[in-house]
Amino acid sequence: MSAKRIAYLGLLLALAVLFGYVESLIPVNLAIPGIKLGLANIVIVAVLYIFTWKEALAVSVLRVVIIGFMFGNLFSIAFGLSGTVLSVISMALLKHSGHFGIVGVSAFGGVMHNIGQLAAAALIVEGFPFLWYLPILMLAGLLAGILIGAVSLPVMKRLPRINDF
Amino acid sequence: MKRNDWILIAVLTLIPAILLTGNIIAAQKIASPCLVITVDGSTFGIYDLNEDRIIDINGKNTCTIKDGEASMTYADCPGQNCVHSAAIGKEGGSIVCLPNRVILKIENAAVTAERPDAVTG
Repeated sequence: MSAKRIAYLGLLLALAVLFGYVESLIPVNLAIPGIKLGLANIVIVAVLYIFTWKEALAVSVLRVVIIGFMFGNLFSIAFGLSGTVLSVISMALLKHSGHFGIVGVSAFGGVMHNIGQLAAAALIVEGFPFLWYLPILMLAGLLAGILIGAVSLPVMKRLPRINDF
Repeated sequence: MKRNDWILIAVLTLIPAILLTGNIIAAQKIASPCLVITVDGSTFGIYDLNEDRIIDINGKNTCTIKDGEASMTYADCPGQNCVHSAAIGKEGGSIVCLPNRVILKIENAAVTAERPDAVTG
């Protein structure tokens, strides 16, 4: 990996961390905890398409760890990691299949992200009403994923390709 | 967007929709609170709280269901503890007549423990 790639990835990681912070400044108070847009996933999706799934996984995991140490706690890191790892891996598999566009890949990633977080919650919190949360957070993840995918498309066109390095 | 994307989104909408419908149906199926009377450990009868009635329990006790609440209105024992017990409703609870070994108990009481808490981050 060349220094330019590392620098570019570091820049994108910083952007992803910042997106999470910017989003926390927007006071959207929905009745159910865990529903949010996930602006940082624009970066994750972009990295997945510009680089490979390995870089996307690295950036997303580092983002969760950095944000967790800065603003959260060990629980938020555990929830975040389970969601993000499942999301990136499922997006990578879907992209690799070649049958889906960026919006479909991102939508699936959004759903899997919330499923991963719910699974962690079900394991950590005793008596967690998993089946009640599941459909609601699946729909929320789907909607967020579609929006992120739709935004990622024009963003990707403006970002320099990895071939340029 | 590819055709597959639309199919994927449709499927991902359909699955939670089915789950949500299933949840709502399952929640409605949970039995409403009812009164169970046991005498000497064995079930004497199960009664609907919404139906006003007077139940004679072997001539020794009388249970009255009125306005969704059950109370013991007569006991042939000298203590009368059960008669003085507060009425029990859909929130749960029980009335016990120890001398005659009669227990009035609410089953399927309105549970509040299943509500989600705010631990998830």
